[in-house]
Amino acid sequence: MGLLYGLIAVGLALIFGLMDVTNFAHGEFLMIAMYLSFFLFAFFAIDPLLSAPLVAAALFVFGAVVYLLLVRFAMRAKANAGMVQIFTTFGLAIVMRGFAQYFFTPDYRSIPQSWLGGKTVSIAGIFLPEPQLVGALVSIAAFAGLYLFIHRTDFGRALEATREDPGAVALVGIDKNRVFAFGWGLGAALVGLAGAIMAIFFYIYPDVGASFALIAYVTVALGGFGSVFGAFAGGIIVGLVEAVTALVLPPSLKSVGIYAVYLLVVFIRPRGLFGSM
Amino acid sequence: MDKNFAARRRRDLIIAAVLTAIAALVPLFVKDVVVQNILILTLMYAGLSQSWNILSGYCGQISLGHALYFGLGAYTTELLFTKFGVLPWFGMLAGGVVSALIAMGLGYPFFRLRGHYFVIATIVIAEIGLLLFHNWEWAGAAMGITIPIRGDSWLKFQFARSKVPYFYFALLLACVAWFVTWWLEDSKWGFWWRAVKDNPDAAESLGVDVFNSKMGAAAVSAFLVAVGGSFYAQFVSYIDPESVMGFQFSLLMALPAVLGGIGTLWGPVLGAAILIPLTEITRFKFGGSGSGVDLIIYGTLIVLISLALPRGLMSLFSRPKKTGATR
Repeated sequence: MGLLYGLIAVGLALIFGLMDVTNFAHGEFLMIAMYLSFFLFAFFAIDPLLSAPLVAAALFVFGAVVYLLLVRFAMRAKANAGMVQIFTTFGLAIVMRGFAQYFFTPDYRSIPQSWLGGKTVSIAGIFLPEPQLVGALVSIAAFAGLYLFIHRTDFGRALEATREDPGAVALVGIDKNRVFAFGWGLGAALVGLAGAIMAIFFYIYPDVGASFALIAYVTVALGGFGSVFGAFAGGIIVGLVEAVTALVLPPSLKSVGIYAVYLLVVFIRPRGLFGSM
Repeated sequence: MDKNFAARRRRDLIIAAVLTAIAALVPLFVKDVVVQNILILTLMYAGLSQSWNILSGYCGQISLGHALYFGLGAYTTELLFTKFGVLPWFGMLAGGVVSALIAMGLGYPFFRLRGHYFVIATIVIAEIGLLLFHNWEWAGAAMGITIPIRGDSWLKFQFARSKVPYFYFALLLACVAWFVTWWLEDSKWGFWWRAVKDNPDAAESLGVDVFNSKMGAAAVSAFLVAVGGSFYAQFVSYIDPESVMGFQFSLLMALPAVLGGIGTLWGPVLGAAILIPLTEITRFKFGGSGSGVDLIIYGTLIVLISLALPRGLMSLFSRPKKTGATR
């Protein structure tokens, strides 16, 4: 489960962590991805595993469009930039939830049969559910990919440079909006991937994103802003802490452990575990 | 400060007195219960948002966890009332004190954090409170507390027959929160807070007690929000963790101040006066069916206002400054 939190958080790590733009609609991105995956299955019988790249591509476009139509303007605000970003994306989240309710009804849905759903695999006597295992593998791959992308490509450098100093970046001929639109697209594509995999074993309903979004914020902050590796480590820690808490406390309190660990970590290290900002 | 500032403060006080007098007459003319309900909520959110604004607007410590204090106010009052028969008035005070103390206790570790780390910490602490109350059997757990009707009087702060007394209390709450803000604006604290907001390091080096001024703002803010929570509990006479401590309250408190103008005296009042009726009317007209149309309208509104007026609606009234020094 930890790696799945990591998978949800990795997209946010890019948007929130690396570009320093608050996205309160991250959970709703996840929700949209899960619905897409559901409908691709329901109408075209495409297994969520196969449709994952399609969903990711669709979310890429969606994320870039959201940036170009909304966030770009929110970032231009000279006063209260933080609050403007929070409330613009929060408003977007509400609109997305409203549309989901309008078109898809508030009913709980799930994908009944898929290649992996409900199957388990036994590794050295430990039974692991297959969807979660695949999710974990995808998560590791996504993190590795993002890490290389940020640290080894021109785009990654452009992204960090743009965050640091948009003015200077413009002087050397980098279009800030293009870089950030691409970053948003990529962040959304990653959460799209997470949504497609989670659709296999999770109920899908308009508010599903809210429950994961907060944990994703905590994961990113726990790892520290500005660090891809931090978000990955944060995801693993969050998953482990949740599992341990669930053993000690009643299941409904399992998130308390995660939150407590976040508070503990930032009190000791006010910039998260691996944060640079 | 200069003469203009003093004149502006006198003018603000007169405007507030006139507005209050007009508002106090409203129940004589408005008999429709639905409209009364909207007015009460508007006044309540004006008060809550004004209190939130003290810590987050003036002092610049953005809290998205004020639902914790709202819920603590509600729960302290109702637990004392239902379990020990303590009158809600004392419960309200107790709730305020408890919240202020907790706010200061949390302030110790929290105020070391900056930026996103602080905001997320406030969200997380409110979420922990929510989960704990969800699992606290004695406090009704997820079932919540239904407040028994024990009378219809100011003494018990319960009114079964009419909403008008609630209206006057909500008005009082909004006035008190406004007046406290007005008063603090010109006090040592007010100046400290603005300095802390603009540049904590510079303020510290000039001898401002940054830490304690944050603590003061947190305590005042939490106390007033908790009083609002107590009022809300008496008003709706049923509370459960989600309905008084949910994340949406933290945002609903922040929203009027942000839309009206964060860190301004009139922002929260203006924001609440516009936002809350709109919210309630869209919910009344389109909600209930679960179709989500009310959410779409509400969300679009938030997006548009925050994009169009990043400084809030108050910026429409401010005259261009003569000095060119400000950004």
